[in-house]
Amino acid sequence: MFTLPLIILADGLVFASWLFLISLGLTLIYGVLRILNIAHGSLYALGAYTGAALIIAYFDGDKWWPPGSFVVLLGAALLVGLVAGPLIERGVLRRMYGRDPAVQLIVTYALFLILEDGIKLGFGVDPYYAYKPFGLLGKVQLAGVSYPYYYLLLLIVAILAGGLLWVLINRTRFGRLVVAVIHDPEISTALGINLPVIYVVTFTLGATLAALGGAFTAPMIAVVPGIAVEVIVLAFAVVVIGGLGSPEGAALGALIVGLVRAAAVHLIPELELFTIYLVMTVVLLIRPQGLFPQVEVRRI
Amino acid sequence: MNRQILLTSLLLLTLFGGLGLVLPEWVIFLMALALAKGLVVLSVVLLMRAGLVSFGQGLFYAAAAYAVGFAINRWGIGEATVLLAIGVMASIALAALIGVVIARYREIFFGMLSLAFSMAFYGVLVKAYDVTGGSDGMGIAPPTIFGLVIPPERLRLTVYYLVLICVAIMLYLIYRYIQSPLGTLIRAIRDNEVRVAYLGGSVHRAIYLTYVLAAGLGGLGGVLVAINVGHVDPELAYWTTSGEFVFVALLGGTGSVFAPLVGAIAYELVKSYAFKFSPYTWQMTLGILMLGIIFLLPGGLWSLGQRLRRRQV
Amino acid sequence: MTAVLQVENLTMHFGMITAAEGENVVVNRGEFVGIVGPNGAGKTTFLNLVTGYLKPEAGRIRFMGQDIVGLHPNQVTALGVGRSFQIPQLFTSLTVLENVLIARSTATGSSGDFWHALRQNSRIEEARALLAQFGLEAQADRPASELPEGGRKLLDIALAFALKPKLLLMDEPTSGVSVEDKFEVMDRLVKVLEESQVTAMFVEHDMEVVRRYAKRVLVINGGRIIADGQPEAILSNPEIRRAVAGWG
Repeated sequence: MFTLPLIILADGLVFASWLFLISLGLTLIYGVLRILNIAHGSLYALGAYTGAALIIAYFDGDKWWPPGSFVVLLGAALLVGLVAGPLIERGVLRRMYGRDPAVQLIVTYALFLILEDGIKLGFGVDPYYAYKPFGLLGKVQLAGVSYPYYYLLLLIVAILAGGLLWVLINRTRFGRLVVAVIHDPEISTALGINLPVIYVVTFTLGATLAALGGAFTAPMIAVVPGIAVEVIVLAFAVVVIGGLGSPEGAALGALIVGLVRAAAVHLIPELELFTIYLVMTVVLLIRPQGLFPQVEVRRI
Repeated sequence: MNRQILLTSLLLLTLFGGLGLVLPEWVIFLMALALAKGLVVLSVVLLMRAGLVSFGQGLFYAAAAYAVGFAINRWGIGEATVLLAIGVMASIALAALIGVVIARYREIFFGMLSLAFSMAFYGVLVKAYDVTGGSDGMGIAPPTIFGLVIPPERLRLTVYYLVLICVAIMLYLIYRYIQSPLGTLIRAIRDNEVRVAYLGGSVHRAIYLTYVLAAGLGGLGGVLVAINVGHVDPELAYWTTSGEFVFVALLGGTGSVFAPLVGAIAYELVKSYAFKFSPYTWQMTLGILMLGIIFLLPGGLWSLGQRLRRRQV
Repeated sequence: MTAVLQVENLTMHFGMITAAEGENVVVNRGEFVGIVGPNGAGKTTFLNLVTGYLKPEAGRIRFMGQDIVGLHPNQVTALGVGRSFQIPQLFTSLTVLENVLIARSTATGSSGDFWHALRQNSRIEEARALLAQFGLEAQADRPASELPEGGRKLLDIALAFALKPKLLLMDEPTSGVSVEDKFEVMDRLVKVLEESQVTAMFVEHDMEVVRRYAKRVLVINGGRIIADGQPEAILSNPEIRRAVAGWG
């Protein structure tokens, strides 16, 4: 009797952790830079490709200690984030601050287009299979279904990422500055906060988180061109549900969507593709600004 | 100003009409496609005037196209003018429903909800394989135009002229809309919604009406593309299609009713050549071009011709 | 005497802050009432409550005898209440003339029209006449964003006035206006109002302006109306001056 709810819970948590990982960076970047980064999906894809490529190289010849592959994945994410992050923020986005938000959106869309083909040029169009880390930890039987422990790792990575970000924002000086900027960029400048530095560091952090999502997803899928496109729209939906700029919102939003989708998959399979949009519509009807909206200023 | 626009329009109409007689078929096809898509881009611009960016015009684009698909394949309706009416009515009916919900939202929430509805529709189109043909879509046989059966060698040109006529009519209607109280109220809403409320104006109603109007326009574009291409598939409702319309809207700029059409033609031409030039990197080419335009021409392509006079439509 | 506005026991709190507490006031037709008080006393909140931007926790508000609590600003405005703001709320991308045309359009219920032109000769003439009353006809075709501060204030008031309201509420009509222009703005304003016999209330910080133009003064402090009467008597009352620190 408990098997179905348990399965739904397990599936839901797995999907929720994945959703959270892919949206955390997006909501962070929006909260601080007020930019909706469409290229977020491309950074995810870069992370996936880099992770997959490194894993394939890592396991070539059976030389290295297999569990080290997880560190490799982390390394891939850092590599992508630390390189692409500052490059994009400094090279392109910096020139767009203060412009119409719609134009900023188009810039990130253009970046997405460029990276889509860039990835094809750099990595080719054939799929990358990096399954080894996925099976490394073995499986567990849960209510008659076998779950790889890798899913648990994904959950842990998601919790760690969220937790570390929370600590960063709430317990460090940098975090306090970031919160100030989120609430009021203009006053922050007036208070002498070095906005450009905050922006580049935050964007790099967000990019790394996106790449982290991609890297740890790589062992679970066939890494092909086009994974960015799906991720963008899912990440956006979670961010909107949670409230723009709110990491806690992204966590709760991811959890809700994950559980609802898992329920749909097992109970009403036809709804599977719609669940995330359904949840978003319902949430917006009840709370028009999302679950945890940022501060609203009185206008008159 | 009225006369200038009228003259320009007649001139352009004659020009495009004449071009149809001399240009090769593949160019005519492209132009028809571009102009039809230009109508959808125009619908995006209509909403941008209200300060709203719709990432879901694909919904109406696809809904109208599929309505035509059903009409031809299931109900045996083969006359172009009737199909146009069916498609437009389908998208307007859909918008009348959705608008009740979506017209309450602004900025990114409006954008995301519009995207959600479009993606949901995409899901339906893919899943309902028996009804919609799934990811393969449906074929659209050439319709009769004004009751006449068109011989295959004249089909491209005739469809092109059909598109031209529709575009001309829509430009006139949109022009009147822009000059109207509603058309100006929409700009006022973008500037200052609170003030509009404090003038006794109904912001919600204005946005709702504009949303429905934009949907009809987007649907018309969808029908024309379906007829031109002869095929519909779920991709029409995917977010990347809607994103393309927004992209082109900003490419063309918002300075005039012609701007979206200019942008659409430029876009299709560039896309076509970029693809021919390098099939694997046409997106990158487009992206680089777009960045170039944004950095060098803040007003979009249209501002090239409007450098001296900064005008807002 | 006909009561245009009747406010009974109006109460509103924002957390710990008392924005309005048991406010009672009756305003009759043709009155010109000044509202004064220190910063944060609840003057703008009063306007926000009356116009429906905020919903009061308790109390009744009647406009021309009709209960208006719970109505939205556009509904209250449609009943005949015009309002101008501390920071002028204009349509910055439209021209001055277009601003007025839109105001007239919403007032006459034609704002949903999507076929006929907004700029019709009769409407334009009417709009220009209104602008002339406020001294803005020379700037009619300039973008509203290009007006100087005094002009923006006047346009803001003109927009409220374009609705031919029965009650006009103005939030600091002369703030931000230079000292030389203040009295000119008020003179013009008072003349327009007297010509059309509109009932008006205005929030004001400049005591000279209040002393000169208001026929009646309300003093709000801490959300309460602590005085209501003739300007001279109130403004020279030492207790009131003490309670409302910051008056010279």
